[in-house]
Amino acid sequence: MKGLNLSLLMGAGKRLVMAVPYVWLLLFFLVPFIIVLKISFAEAQIALPPFTDLVEFTDDVLTLSLNLFNYIDLYEYDLYLTGYISSVKIAAAATFIAFLIGYPIAYAIARLPEHSRNLALMLVILPSWTSFLIRIYAWIGLLKNNGLINNFLMWLGIIDEPLIMLHTPFAVYIGIVYAYLPFMVLPIYTNLVKHDGRLLEAAADLGASPVESFFKITLPLSMGGIIAGAMLVFIPAVGEFVIPELLGGPDTLMIGKMLWNEFFNARNWPGASAVAVVMLVLLIIPITIFQRYQAKEAEEAERG
Amino acid sequence: MPQEQSGQKPEKNKRVKLEIRQVSKEFDGFKAVNDVSLDIYQGEIFALLGASGCGKSTLLRMLAGFESPTSGEILLDGVSLNGVPAYERPINMMFQSYALFPHMTVEQNIAFGLKYNKLSKPAMQAKIEEALSLVQMSAYAKRKPHQLSGGQQQRVALARSLAKEPKLLLLDEPMGALDKKLRTQMQLEIVDIIEAVGVTCVMVTHDQEEAMTMASRVGIMDAGVIRQVGAPYEVYEQPNCRMTAEFIGSVNIFDGKLTVDEADHVEITTPDCDKPLRMAHGISGSLGMDIGYAIRPEKVMVSRHEPDQPHNVARGKVMDIAYLGSHSILHIELPSGKKFQASVANSDRKVVGDDEDRITWNDEVYISWGERSGVVLTS
Repeated sequence: MKGLNLSLLMGAGKRLVMAVPYVWLLLFFLVPFIIVLKISFAEAQIALPPFTDLVEFTDDVLTLSLNLFNYIDLYEYDLYLTGYISSVKIAAAATFIAFLIGYPIAYAIARLPEHSRNLALMLVILPSWTSFLIRIYAWIGLLKNNGLINNFLMWLGIIDEPLIMLHTPFAVYIGIVYAYLPFMVLPIYTNLVKHDGRLLEAAADLGASPVESFFKITLPLSMGGIIAGAMLVFIPAVGEFVIPELLGGPDTLMIGKMLWNEFFNARNWPGASAVAVVMLVLLIIPITIFQRYQAKEAEEAERG
Repeated sequence: MPQEQSGQKPEKNKRVKLEIRQVSKEFDGFKAVNDVSLDIYQGEIFALLGASGCGKSTLLRMLAGFESPTSGEILLDGVSLNGVPAYERPINMMFQSYALFPHMTVEQNIAFGLKYNKLSKPAMQAKIEEALSLVQMSAYAKRKPHQLSGGQQQRVALARSLAKEPKLLLLDEPMGALDKKLRTQMQLEIVDIIEAVGVTCVMVTHDQEEAMTMASRVGIMDAGVIRQVGAPYEVYEQPNCRMTAEFIGSVNIFDGKLTVDEADHVEITTPDCDKPLRMAHGISGSLGMDIGYAIRPEKVMVSRHEPDQPHNVARGKVMDIAYLGSHSILHIELPSGKKFQASVANSDRKVVGDDEDRITWNDEVYISWGERSGVVLTS
């Protein structure tokens, strides 16, 4: 009898522990999303709050008005479509650059002797300990016309007049790659450090040179880490606002910036909400791919 | 170097395939392999046998090209391998944990090495099929390694290393990852395959049974040195030193002095036995020298009655009996306090209640053996 009670209690405890993340997601993800979704179907008005109610009850009539105007607007104005495409392009290119820089870093750290790995990892993570905003701001000082880089190059005599770097797409790429590089390095490192060195010996034994072994064994086996890193960079980069705002120019269209303008400059909450909802739907596709891949990999790891 | 002293001479029709010449390997001042010289003949299966840390794996890794010797030279077909990287050596290895590529199918694993042989597509496909049928894995060509059992993975690993038709095949603890029952079966199977292919093979193992089952010659390694080389029966029956005698099988060793040294027999007196130990052949030694005498447990008779022979008799009390089914091991304590192991075949079926006649605990017994049963150990 006592044992039964205990196991019931344990079961309840287990369910409680499992419930915590679900409650968290419900409160801080699903509920806010539903609110945003609701606002996206409303009409803008000059009032507090600056949008209409969806449900109205006047003169014994209950009216539910779903205003699709915001979505039609998104579809009809090229600006938004261009903004989405441009965001995805910038994020994808930055992700690829982060991969090209991050993979060698992760590879080098994974090949270090065990006791120096933690120090190297620390150096990768350490910049994240200062404020994100300050670190992006610092790039203004580096990139502006009379900034450190231009002054240094002119002092060397390599250039006569400053290179225009700030407020260009180039600066946005630098910002995104710089800010999100650790998110590329860490998952790839975690993957590479688990690799079995004997596989490379086996490859060498069968006739593969070190370069061939890398492309045929190491790279395919680290695909899980690459995909995880790419998602961790790509998803936040698509919606990035601070970097294009501070480093980008008027010609750098990113959806995060458009969303900001819609909210705070135009005070068009329903329009901004519609932009946000569409962005989320667009991002769900790569997230789902990522999840699917991870589930597959976990399953294979369990069986293997 | 005491090797080859057991009378093992290269047979005339055997060609030396692999020559290891005074090879040493140091790691941070520690000599893992110490001045090893060894010839491996065409078509033989040679086992390097030793406890972990004896340097056998380092030697194997030097053959494969994963380590380079600190000094010495390795020659394959008379050509030096020094400075030749692993991927350019005509040598293939079956790894202990198989090291199959997890992201490739069985077929792709075998194709991996063949790609570097510059074969045409159909020729390569034919080779893959041939290698798979050799290990009876044709039905599993499209599977991934994690979908295979341990024994199947091993077959694939063997097929992968044989597909390239290496001049030398290396096996690193080939049965290490298998359970005991599968092990005995795979041992014979692998030997059959290797002999069918005719490839020269060097294997490394810590399991003497495995070495003796699979290999035509065995090299006993200890502390970076090869102590003895010979056919399995030679290293067992004629150990050339204390280390090999003790490493292979169980043995009882008496320490004594050489008291009679004739051309056709020698006698040794030891404080452990009342009567001298006699051997029916001469040795190279001097009277009075300290000497060891080894006798295997299965080569002795145990009886309650004193045997009528002037040599090779020990007296003691049965302290323990280990019943092992086919035979029993008697642990006998001699009056000097020395422990002696004797193996007794259980030729009669043991039935409850019919034990009166058998030797049992606390019995005073006599152990005796013939003058050709023991071995003199001078080192």
